[in-house]
Amino acid sequence: MGLSKRLLPPGRFRAFVVKEFRHILRDRRTLLILFGMPVVQVLLFGFVLTNEINHAAIAVLDPSKDEESIGLTNRLVSSGYFRVEKHLESKADLEPAFRTGKIKMAVVFPPNFAQTLQEPTANSQQPTAPIQLIGDASDPNTATTLIQYASAIIAAYQQERAQKFIVHHSSFIIQAETRMRYNPEQKAVFNFVPGVMTLILMLVSAMMTSITIAREKEMGTMEVLLVSPLKPIQIILGKTTPYLVLSLVNAVVVVLLGIAVFGMPMRGSVLLLALECVLYMFVALSLGILISTRAKDQMTAMFMSALGLLMPTMLLSGFIFPRESMPGLLQVIGSAIPATWFNPVIKGIMIKGVGLEVLWKETLILGGMALVFLGLSMRNFKDRLS
Amino acid sequence: MRTVLFLVQKEFLQVFRNKVMLPLLLVMPIFQTLLLSFAANYEVKNLALAVVDHDLSPMSRQLVSKFSASGYFQVKQASFAAKEADAAMAADEVDMILEIPPHFERDLVRDNRASVSLTANAINASKAGLGMGYALATVDAGRWIADDAAPSTVNRQPSTAFWYNPRLDYKTFMVPGILGTIVSLIICFLTALNIVREREVGTIEQLNVTPIQKWQFILGKLLPFWLLSLVMMTLGLGIGKLVFDIPMVGSLWLVFGYTALFTPCMLGLGFLISNFSETQQQAMFTAWFFMVIFIMMSGLFTPVESMPDWAQVLNKLNPVAYFVEFMRLVLLKGAGFQDIRYNFYTVLGYAVIANSLAVWTYRKRV
Repeated sequence: MGLSKRLLPPGRFRAFVVKEFRHILRDRRTLLILFGMPVVQVLLFGFVLTNEINHAAIAVLDPSKDEESIGLTNRLVSSGYFRVEKHLESKADLEPAFRTGKIKMAVVFPPNFAQTLQEPTANSQQPTAPIQLIGDASDPNTATTLIQYASAIIAAYQQERAQKFIVHHSSFIIQAETRMRYNPEQKAVFNFVPGVMTLILMLVSAMMTSITIAREKEMGTMEVLLVSPLKPIQIILGKTTPYLVLSLVNAVVVVLLGIAVFGMPMRGSVLLLALECVLYMFVALSLGILISTRAKDQMTAMFMSALGLLMPTMLLSGFIFPRESMPGLLQVIGSAIPATWFNPVIKGIMIKGVGLEVLWKETLILGGMALVFLGLSMRNFKDRLS
Repeated sequence: MRTVLFLVQKEFLQVFRNKVMLPLLLVMPIFQTLLLSFAANYEVKNLALAVVDHDLSPMSRQLVSKFSASGYFQVKQASFAAKEADAAMAADEVDMILEIPPHFERDLVRDNRASVSLTANAINASKAGLGMGYALATVDAGRWIADDAAPSTVNRQPSTAFWYNPRLDYKTFMVPGILGTIVSLIICFLTALNIVREREVGTIEQLNVTPIQKWQFILGKLLPFWLLSLVMMTLGLGIGKLVFDIPMVGSLWLVFGYTALFTPCMLGLGFLISNFSETQQQAMFTAWFFMVIFIMMSGLFTPVESMPDWAQVLNKLNPVAYFVEFMRLVLLKGAGFQDIRYNFYTVLGYAVIANSLAVWTYRKRV
């Protein structure tokens, strides 16, 4: 109690903050979801969302059915990338097989496959058809990846089988030694944990604040608060303090999950990370207040924060989709979103272990945003309410 | 039935009177479809590459120009110091580093082989993986140096074909799925919030004391949103056609028929959530919680096939996954009713169960 007394001297303001805390703590279910959501999201992103290809269903059309075509099919399957879902009889079966959506790629062998392998085209009388790979490009990503994998396996197989027929040509070979810096095991969570942080803090700080203020307006209790001896600034601070605390707890939970469950490193300064989180929360809170000055009821506040804050945070900040490949206009809009600058800060501190000497630019931008939005929302709040 | 129509009229009056909500409802699907479709792209282009060339020979320069000509990389920095490149990566200025050792050319000429090192910033693992793939292909394409050596005749490339989307346009893939998701999302939220709102504000008591039957009340609440979903679908398909030129191979009747059937799933779900919520805040967060899971697991962003087995089993309970799958199958591949009948029956079952549960748990109470 001693500490809390020093942080919040007794009086009207303290009583108001305590009232707000009671409001939140009494609603068990919202509280449960507020704390459950980040946990579920981190686990989902960590375990479920992956672009890796495993055992993709393919169909094989093999009119030759000889030693080589069966050998190659087995080689495709044993790579672990593919699983033969269907053996087709004719080309007419291809279309229906794709249309039910089960198979992602089809391998079509030419007749007399073994022969084509032993007699390279250059020597044979009539050119023979090569193997055909058909990808279901309604999902372009998966299709390209699968076809690349399959082509590589086929090339290796052909090379191997044909070794005995040709003289090995000498050519220059450049070996590339590759390193995946910062994330050698290439875990997707290294990207998702910081992303979920930006999203959750925005959700709790901005959305919750805007809704809780809009709620007072909708229920008419805002009038009661305004005629009380509390100053507008005190009302805002009292409303937002509990959510600031909640957000901080959430941030700690997400970071701990990332470290404990997914083995994320914490290379930089914890203190710096905490300070940057608070800075980001200030930006988010002031955005929430700004929205609440515009929205008359909770539903409007919710749709405005979902549309204006959460969707862009998720889609345009580079959390899920790389920013470099977006059209220029979206990149510009993206740079106005706080998460775009907060994301590299978390990654920098946790994963790269860098400090302010590298992250000063991002920090300055976030600080500037906090000042601008806070000023705007304060002005709006006074205009609208008093 | 007349009573229901009056209720529907009341709902519409409420919607049209709210000057913020109405534009939001109409603009939202359009805005989101546009935003998502342009942003949602895993394609990796314009990777910033730092080159540390210790050799500075004609051959090493040729290799570097091969990288800048590939279209995937932009050479941002060239220096002799590996440290500088490392610092640039730490500051997020470059995504990859290509380091060419001294004597690169000498080794190539003397031993026919040399090595280079490639370093990627792998915090975003999928981006790094793709970038590394491009880089390796580019290095391998470095065999051009030995072009005069006889081409190996056996290594014939398989011929490849990309069906349903030959230009590999990512938007073609995303738009149908996004449409399905957005319609589900908005409908579920609106239903959940609308009914709780009457409870929170207290107007539900007025409805409770009127001689309206339970079924009339429910139908009156759900019909407007059901109509709204069809309007949103029409708007979305229009944008898909006009802006993105999405192929609509399948029957549009099937699409609308399915939407008309699918919407009750989300209506029922939203209704169910509202039955168990006292305040709009509660309803909103419960709906939000479920919708985030549904959307993340729906296969919209990452393929369902790549998920672990337990997640795929859980996905059988995910209505949004059915909708996304349906939209892609019908719009892009032209699947007919026969091809999607299991999907159809599952959704039908879902709608019946969700709505029965919702009606069963609804009480005329304060």
